[in-house]
Parts: sequence; structure tokens; C-alpha cells
Amino acid sequence: MPARPVPAHRDPIRPGAATPIVISIDGDPVSGVEGQTIAGVVLATGRLAWRRTSVDGRPRGLFCGIGVCFDCIVTVNGERDVRACQRRAGDGDVVESQHDELPEAAR
Amino acid sequence: MIAAIRTRTVLVVGAGPAGLAAARAARERGASVILLDASDATGGQYWRHLPPSRPSANERALHHGWSTYRALHDELERDDGCEIVLGAQVWAIERTDASDVTDASGGADASAVTDASASTDAATVPAPVAVHVLVGPPDGTRRVGRTFRPDALVLATGAHDRTLPFPGWDLPGVFTAGAAQAFAKGERVALGGRVVVAGAGPFLLPVAASVAATGAKVLGVYEASRVAGLVRGWLPKPWQLIGAAKKGGELAGYVGSHLRHRIPYVTGRAVVAAHGADRVEAVTIAEVDADWAPIAGTERRVETDAVCVSHGFTPRLELPIAAGCELTPERFVRVDDGQRTSVAGVYAAGEITGIGGVDAALAEGEIAGHVAAGGSARDADLGAAVGARRTFAGFAARIEAAHGIRSGWTSWLDDDTLVCRCEEVPYGRLRDTREATCGSGLRSMKLTTRAGLGICQGRICGRTVEELLGAGPDVGGEDDAGHAASAGLETAAGGLFDRRSDAGGLLDRRATTDRRPIASPLRIGELAAAEDPTTSTTHTVRKGHP
Ligand SMILES: Cc1cc2nc3c(=O)[nH]c(=O)nc-3n(C[C@H](O)[C@H](O)[C@H](O)COP(=O)(O)OP(=O)(O)OC[C@H]3O[C@@H](n4cnc5c(N)ncnc54)[C@H](O)[C@@H]3O)c2cc1C
Ligand code: FES
Repeated sequence: MPARPVPAHRDPIRPGAATPIVISIDGDPVSGVEGQTIAGVVLATGRLAWRRTSVDGRPRGLFCGIGVCFDCIVTVNGERDVRACQRRAGDGDVVESQHDELPEAAR
Repeated sequence: MIAAIRTRTVLVVGAGPAGLAAARAARERGASVILLDASDATGGQYWRHLPPSRPSANERALHHGWSTYRALHDELERDDGCEIVLGAQVWAIERTDASDVTDASGGADASAVTDASASTDAATVPAPVAVHVLVGPPDGTRRVGRTFRPDALVLATGAHDRTLPFPGWDLPGVFTAGAAQAFAKGERVALGGRVVVAGAGPFLLPVAASVAATGAKVLGVYEASRVAGLVRGWLPKPWQLIGAAKKGGELAGYVGSHLRHRIPYVTGRAVVAAHGADRVEAVTIAEVDADWAPIAGTERRVETDAVCVSHGFTPRLELPIAAGCELTPERFVRVDDGQRTSVAGVYAAGEITGIGGVDAALAEGEIAGHVAAGGSARDADLGAAVGARRTFAGFAARIEAAHGIRSGWTSWLDDDTLVCRCEEVPYGRLRDTREATCGSGLRSMKLTTRAGLGICQGRICGRTVEELLGAGPDVGGEDDAGHAASAGLETAAGGLFDRRSDAGGLLDRRATTDRRPIASPLRIGELAAAEDPTTSTTHTVRKGHP
């Protein structure tokens, strides 16, 4: 069982109603609720990675979860390098994963 | 004492337990308070919680001391004398008295820190700082710049997890323990279904409890320290372990939760590798000796889909360092009994002054706020806080004795284990560089390998790189450019540039890894917008990613 939201009916905090939202991730619509971070929305679908590294092209997603490591950065509505674990998702947000090739000279 | 004629302004950075307590104490003593946090909620790491758009009937079930938090928060929010600014990223602190900046490398000299009994004079001198802030959504392009010049500044920026590298730690599905905690409390997301919690320190227990409360199965908590070490660390004052965990109640809660969920707590074990193609599928857990070196033949493979690993905490020191605050040899902010730093008018509280847990943070915050507002640490109304702080004195040393990182961990590294995740620098390259250059100095080795120079500014690997290069914190002999570079401020592939010619290079030569004059990446446009013409310095900042 991969990453997933805590099932509401089994959650000891007894969650109330939340407002549904839909964002798109690399063109795919993904639903979540208002107040989740972008990383929260993506992880709740079971997807763990949304970035490829520059040098080795390796997958990355969440690591520190608190805004320190910058592993989770995505492009949101055209703004690059937004930490997905810090930015709350807004209904209709267009999220694109990043894979930044190194300039030739730097290889 | 006769009250000051003009109301003092106290700026508190960080709205975790320490900052909240500081804000309230400063208000109680009549100061006008501004409380800032980069997050869009108060509570810090300890009381990280769901946003108002996700209400629930019983959120307190996830927290200890929830009513303490609510009381602090509600009181400050109602109070017109306290401005709470959230989404407020402090990106730089500038000294406004550059000529007076002292070289903090003479760290052993404690004379700069005065005794609290030396009256409240220090409190009448305004803090010699300008605090630059961007307010708005995290990493947004249209944040609004604000600059504060308070009479007193209280720094309460807390700490983040320190995770040592191991083969496969860069695979998706490997997280810091703090990430699991943050997503359990702040998102109600389980990071996996079969979870391994590992590393070192008492923090692993609340993490395992939170993960279990997401409905995930915690396969075990693997603590690298061995029982003998734990006993040595805690035995002289075992009540501290209990006291630290909320006078028994919290620890009992963890132990109870572990029994209920049948979570094995195993000491002398470490996750020495994670396996998988594009995500973690299994880990190797090995027995480690007292030095944390894996013992051959004890390796065991465990199937898992989430691995949460932390080996301790790193205090967030960039703002205190930028303000010129002296550090202790253990690399926390040095404070006196009034929580004063070595810089007049600048105070520090919470995890940046030593890893002490929530009760210590609350006590230190209260003292810092009170003294910053013009009070004295000897005032009767601080009695309880001073007593509580005394209870936790030495707590950080005990954690270090019991759970501190031991040198044997490096033997679980492979040549191609990434040490710097941002710049993808493997251990083999780092080691070869050290050998080829005969350890020519941390700065040049970092420039050669690029380790620690990526977008996280060395927050994740900085101290690890120092240790692997055998350099320890840098000592003297560098020019300003070198400092900027080794602080991760000049990444050729487009990270962040800083060409300030201020006195920053003198601030602290012992801790370049922790030194980040620009405390958070920001974009040129924002910088231009945020620039305060009265304090303008010549710097250019470019944000991007390699
Ligand atoms: C992810 C995580 C989870 C934790 N969970 C627990 C737990 O469950 N139990 C436990 O006993 N301990 C936990 N800890 C340890 C915890 O740090 C302390 O117990 C307690 O939160 C320390 O309080 P503090 O006020 O010193 O710092 P924090 O609570 O860390 O608060 C510091 C605040 O400063 C803000 N800040 C930092 N830099 C800036 C800046 N440049 N600009 C603006 N704001 C800034 C941060 O956003 C943060 O809100 C956790 C630590 C981490 C890293
Ligand atoms: S996961 Fe580390 S910054 Fe988002």
C-alpha cells in the first residue's frame, strides 16, 4: 500500500467536510481538498516522485517535508522552483514537474 | 522600575513553541510585538496542524499540549498589540552598525555575553539589525517586501532533521522522520503502508506514534545507539527523558501506542541501504557496533514502501549568524540567563539554543520575550519559566551522549552513494578529492566537488560534507567571496548569487556551512521589489535551478 490519505471514516480526529479542488499535474487532473499542499495532493494519489534530477535524471519527490531540502520543487502556473511541500494547492492550479538539463558545458 | 516612556517593539521570528511564548511574555510586559513565521500557520514543527479549511472534531488527538497551543495562539490573535504576520519569510538580517561587528571566531570568549544581573541596560539599546522579509505564498513571484528595525529581536527559528546518507537514500519513498511527522499532522497523509522508522534519538518515538495513527503499519523503530550508550546518556538523570516527554504523560503515550500497535523498538540497528528501481521497495537493516559501524553478517532485508530516517537535528542558524550572534562550540546560539545573545538587543530561544524539546522551548521563549521587553530574568513572574529551563539544562548534552552521531556510519557508504542530493555528488568523488588535494580546506574541496553548493544551500548535507572531508567547521583565513561560496551562495548552475560586500565575512569563521547571508532563495524581481532604498547594498540574487 503506497502513500495515501488517512481514510476519513477511520481517522480519530473525525474530520469535517472539506472543499474539493482539482489541479492538473503534467496535464492530468488530480483531485484533492482545499488546504492540502501540492505535495499532499500528489502523494495522496500514491505517486512518490514528480521531478527528475539534472545530472542523473533520477526521480525525486518529497524528502524533508518542511521546506528545507528543495527536492520537491515544481512549476506552478508558470512559476518555477516552487516547493510543493510548502505551497497550498489552489483549485485549477497547473502543476508541471521539472527536469532541468544541465548546460552542455557543465556535464 | 519605571516603565519606559515609549513602547518598545519586539520582533519575534518563528511562531513555534519558543516564539509563541516569547511573543506572549513580551506583550505581558507591555511591549508591542510583531510575530513572523514563514509558514501560513503558527505552531512550528511541534504543533503543526491542519489548516482552517480542513476542520475536525478532535484534532487534539494528534497532539500533546494542544490546549497550551490554542491558548497561546488565541490570546495573541485577539491582542491588538501583537501583529502576527504569516507567510513571512525572513530572507536576510543586516547589521546596521557594520563597524561594530565583531569577529565571532573568538567563540571561547564568553565575556561578550553579560550576566542578567547587569541591569536591563542592554534592553534600552535598539537591536542593531534590519530584518528583511518577503510576505506571500511560498516561493511566489509576487511577495511583498517588508523591513523591520525593532528595538529588540527574538530569534526562535527552530531546527530541522539531520539525515545521514546511505546507499539508496535518494530513492522516492525515503523521507526524513520529520517529513512523516509533518505529513501525518499537517496533511493527514500516510507516506506508506509498511513503514520503517530509523536513525537515532528520542524523536523517533513520536514519529512512529504519528505514523501508526495514520493507519500505516510501522515495521519497527531502529535506533542506532546501543542500550549501553542509551544508559550512559540517560542514567545520570533518567527523569529528564521522562520530564522531557511531558512529565511522563507523553512518553507513556508513546510507549502505550507502541504496545497497542505492537511496534518493535530495536537498539543497535541501522538502515544501511535502501533498494528499488524508481522507488523504495526494501531496506537492509544491520546491527551496528557502539561506533555505528555495521557488523558484517547481521544484514537483514525488509520489504517496505516508506523509510523515515533521522539522526538528530540541525539548528537553523543562518539568521543568528547573520545578526552576528556568537555560537557555542557545539554550534548552538550562545545565550546568557536572560536568553541574550552576544549582540545587544538580540535574543534567542528554543532549538537554536540547544535541543531541549517543547517544554524547554516554551520556558526559554517566555524568558526571552520578557527580557526583550525590558524585564529581567530575576523578576518573580519568570520564576516558573526559569525553573523549567533549569530542569532541561544539559538535555542537549544528554541526547548527544546517548544518541549522538558516531563516526562508524561512514562505513555504510558506497562510492556512488550521493552525499549532496542537490548537486548529485557521490561519496567516491568527495573522498578522491580529499585524497588528491590532501584536504586542502573545506572551501576549495567544496568548490571542486560542488558538494553543499546546491539549491538547499547545504542544509541537508553541509555538516555531513564537513565531516566527510575531515575538515570540521572552517577556521579563518577566507575572504568574503569564499564565505559566500562555501555557504552555498554562488552556484554556477544558476542557484543563487550573492555579491554583498558587507562585513559579513567577519561574522563567524567557524561555521561556514551554517552561514547563509541570504537565508532563503529568492528571485531577482522580488529582490528588486523588496529592496529598501535606505539600506540598499550592492547585491544581486538570481534564483533558478540547475
Ligand atoms: C519536522 C519536525 C517535526 C517535529 N515534531 C516533533 C514532535 O512531534 N515531538 C517533539 O517532541 N519534537 C518534535 N520536533 C522537534 C521540535 O523542533 C521541537 O520540539 C519544537 O518544535 C521546537 O520549538 P521551536 O520553537 O524552537 O522551533 P520550531 O517549532 O521549529 O519553530 C520554528 C519556526 O520558525 C520558523 N522559521 C524558521 N526560519 C524562518 C525564517 N527564515 N523566516 C521565517 N520563519 C522562519 C519556522 O517556519 C518554524 O515555524 C520536530 C522537529 C521537526 C523538524
Ligand atoms: S520536501 Fe524538502 S523542501 Fe519540500
